[in-house]
Amino acid sequence: MGEVKLSGKGLPVTKKILAKASGKEYVESGEFVEAKVGMVMVNDLTGPLALDAFEKLKEKKVWDKNRIVIVLDHQIPADSVHSAELHKRLRRFAAEYGIKNFYDVGRGGICHQVMVEKGHVKPGVVVVGADSHTCTYGALGAFATGIGSTDAAAVFSTGSLWFKVPEVMRINVEGNLKPYVFPKDLILHVVGLIGEDGAIYMGLEFTGSTIKKMGVEGRLTLCNMVVEAGAKTGIIEPDEKTIEYLKGRVKESFTPVYSDQDAKYEEELSLNVEDLEPQVACPHSVSNVKPVDEVGDVEIDQAFIGSCTNGRIEDLRVAAKILEGRKVKDGVRLIVIPASQEIYLQALKEGLFEVFVRAGAYIGPATCGPCLGGHFGLLADGEVCISSTNRNFVGRMGSPKSKVYLASPATVAASALTGKITNPKKFM
Amino acid sequence: MVLTVVEGRVLKYGDNINTDVIYPGKYLVFTQPEKMAEHAMEGLDPEFPRKIRDYGLVVAGKNFGCGSSREHAPQSLKYAGCKCVLAESFARIFFRNAINIGLPIIECKGIHSKTDEGDRLQIDMEKGIIKNLTKNEVLNFKPFPDFLLKIFRSGGLISYLNLKSKTT
Repeated sequence: MGEVKLSGKGLPVTKKILAKASGKEYVESGEFVEAKVGMVMVNDLTGPLALDAFEKLKEKKVWDKNRIVIVLDHQIPADSVHSAELHKRLRRFAAEYGIKNFYDVGRGGICHQVMVEKGHVKPGVVVVGADSHTCTYGALGAFATGIGSTDAAAVFSTGSLWFKVPEVMRINVEGNLKPYVFPKDLILHVVGLIGEDGAIYMGLEFTGSTIKKMGVEGRLTLCNMVVEAGAKTGIIEPDEKTIEYLKGRVKESFTPVYSDQDAKYEEELSLNVEDLEPQVACPHSVSNVKPVDEVGDVEIDQAFIGSCTNGRIEDLRVAAKILEGRKVKDGVRLIVIPASQEIYLQALKEGLFEVFVRAGAYIGPATCGPCLGGHFGLLADGEVCISSTNRNFVGRMGSPKSKVYLASPATVAASALTGKITNPKKFM
Repeated sequence: MVLTVVEGRVLKYGDNINTDVIYPGKYLVFTQPEKMAEHAMEGLDPEFPRKIRDYGLVVAGKNFGCGSSREHAPQSLKYAGCKCVLAESFARIFFRNAINIGLPIIECKGIHSKTDEGDRLQIDMEKGIIKNLTKNEVLNFKPFPDFLLKIFRSGGLISYLNLKSKTT
């Protein structure tokens, strides 16, 4: 697969992609570069502010209409006249500038899932998105990072953006995960270990046998949450699993980029996950992580399975396996939301929805939904939710007096059955 | 051109102030400056929009602005009347966004422990000096590198690009 690993410059893949995109042989941590962007994405909440900024430009031309992706996902279908207006504005912009990669209600789903499943992300390039979880795509070997709306407007216009070259931390993971332990548990464990500012401004690179064995969906979950430790990017070198995933999705050719064999890392973390138990991030910080059995007796009001972190088909399959033939505890509401229309259709074909409905779950359309306390599934004062999402900040999912616990879809499903935070082991 | 010397009194907050409390998700559908200003810091301090008009400065601990990429967060602070945010460290997207929209932002080790709510500070962005006029003390910080100073001096990324396109 293309490039030779040994270049002798000691660059990790993160810096190598940035160097390549900036037309340089070598970049140093802390250096500012202007890098060419391969693809830029905005959604229905960050897009309108990008348009505000774009309209202030003297030259209102887009650099490449085929490299701009607009996804309506946070407030869909429109829940208010305000969001309907935002959607209308983005629709008009897409039509005016001939942006074909516009995913309207019913055509895409959550932006990060759409980006990977529709082939907008390829290894070895810089991909930016006006959403913090853009780092997800590092799972496919891209340098992917979240930016702001003004940044996005600049990229719309110029196709490039300023970056500070990040220091890189390598996280090497060895060992087999237990059957009831998932990539989500691993990333929660990592954020718990290094803290919510433990990787601030840094790039994380995941290596090791556990990562090699992990499927692309799990890798997406892993890279999705690196921002919760403050990281700029998370990346996994492409391998045969990546290439297999990209087949039929990415139409353009691409050249994977790998870390030099003598790559230098500013920090290294080594983990063995043989004994890792399911993890839970307790209120109100993603780094307040404990093994599920140490969380104590926590009764829940709501359980949510979905989001760009854990709303993929494997997540729904695991949840369905646990919920099959069982009932969600009275007094608990379980909300299940596939991350995209493609996943929705797949879940439908596999009969997973029947399992969810029979268990007493509410199934929602592909959207970010309750994850950010936007347009539905909000929590009231004093309510507790266990969620397969990525943030548990004060008020994230509704009332500032509610509490959110983060866990894997398996732990969420098991908890929905018992009505309190529960180790999924007993149901698997 | 933006002001490179900023003066005001301090409103003080803690570590890991995230964008969900700076600008709660339920208000993301608003893009009008005055609407955004009304909800600045609502998740943490609903009195903020009223207070910041008198005070002008925010001092925080580490990792200010962590979480979502929502530019509504720095915009709401700016529109509410915040003249500068000073913190031990910033989450990177918040940092970019602040520079890009022309909200002065300063990373300064020790600022949180050496400053009390209500202190009057005078900040020289280009020289890297913070004078605490209340305590009669001086703190130094590393000024922006030239690259960022250029964007900052232009008043933000869009003005910078507009100026650049004029000169090329």
